[in-house]
Amino acid sequence: MASEGGHGTEGSGGYIQHHLQNLQVCKVDDQWVWNDCAGNFWAMNVDSMFFSVFLGLVFLLLFRKVAKNTSAGKPGKFQAFVELVVDFVDSSVKDTFHGKSKLIAPLALTIFMWVFLMNLMDLIPVDLLPGVASLAGIPYLKVVPTTDVNITFGMSLSVFVLIIFFTIKSKGVGGFVRELTMHPIAPPTKGFGLIAAPLIIAFNFILETVSLLAKPLSLSLRLFGNMFAGELIFILIAMIGWYQLPLHFGWAVFHVLIVTLQAFIFMMLTIVYLTLASEEH
Amino acid sequence: MDINIGTLVGQMIAMLVFVWFCMKYIWPPILNAIEERQTQIADGLAAAERGQQSLDQAQTEAGVIVDDARKQATSILDQAHARASEIVADGKTDGVKERERQLSLATAEIEQEANRAREELRGQVSAIAVASAEKILRREIDGRAHEDILSQLAAEL
Repeated sequence: MASEGGHGTEGSGGYIQHHLQNLQVCKVDDQWVWNDCAGNFWAMNVDSMFFSVFLGLVFLLLFRKVAKNTSAGKPGKFQAFVELVVDFVDSSVKDTFHGKSKLIAPLALTIFMWVFLMNLMDLIPVDLLPGVASLAGIPYLKVVPTTDVNITFGMSLSVFVLIIFFTIKSKGVGGFVRELTMHPIAPPTKGFGLIAAPLIIAFNFILETVSLLAKPLSLSLRLFGNMFAGELIFILIAMIGWYQLPLHFGWAVFHVLIVTLQAFIFMMLTIVYLTLASEEH
Repeated sequence: MDINIGTLVGQMIAMLVFVWFCMKYIWPPILNAIEERQTQIADGLAAAERGQQSLDQAQTEAGVIVDDARKQATSILDQAHARASEIVADGKTDGVKERERQLSLATAEIEQEANRAREELRGQVSAIAVASAEKILRREIDGRAHEDILSQLAAEL
């Protein structure tokens, strides 16, 4: 579609719109409907789900293959690479989280590799997979799952659930409630100040709730925003005809950095949030 | 960017499953292998260091042993030299003694031989003298009457 560069404002707008449209399925009046789901809360982005699960499986199968044949002896090249990643994640976790948890390190590894692979889809030329799909009769295809806000929210909400779980596990339900209400301003417990206590508690509660909710929100929107913007610029570059090649190359090189960095940030912040949740302050 | 439950929940379920799988089947074996190899490498390095140390020790020990052997060899050689010169000296004195013994033996034998020859000669001379005197005196005197004078003469010879 890049060869159709130079179309009018409406044409290019349509091109961009087309690229940002998910392949959706939803149920309307007990019937499965494709691509007519705008505003339907129960719809599902099939393309995002497919690539997300596909890439997750790629990660799991590659690493499982190494894990199954692993030996303490001389490692092969791919095993060395996998162990490099695992060791990197392990040291990142150990630097931050000092408790004992069987969950955090594998969680961090999964997040890092999965988000990395999903971001990496951004480097595939924007028209390649959708073009092939349109030949097969699929009208829309968004290949980068992390440019879908549902995917990033799905991950950050899972992390959010884990934050609450870790807080309650280490401090109890009372501790969780206390963290939301007795912090950052300790309400007075005696004297005249007692009158102000409910007010202070309410204030604390609003403040802490916002900061608690900001964690998953910022986690997902940061990843989504970065990848969406990167994808959009790839689409814009793809519209300018043959001159796109050097530009595309330059942006792709730069994007390699963003791809890795965002995967790392998502992983690191997950570790930090879970550490904060399970530690006393 | 519409939020839709299908994708959101789908992703959460996928994440749950993936993280569980990773926690169960991927993380432990790989990390175990890494940690095992780390201890192996540490052990290997320690063993190498121990080997180096024992090598150094063995080298110094070997040096000491070689020095000792060298010293021993030198002393043995010295002893051998001393013994050899002693033997030579002994041989010399023995030779000198033997020579003197042989010499004295020979001299004694020669003397004896000479004495015997002289005795014999003396007897023969006296016999000749007697015979000649007999021959002379047969004409004039009875030999038996002058025998005492003749024997006295022979003894004086």
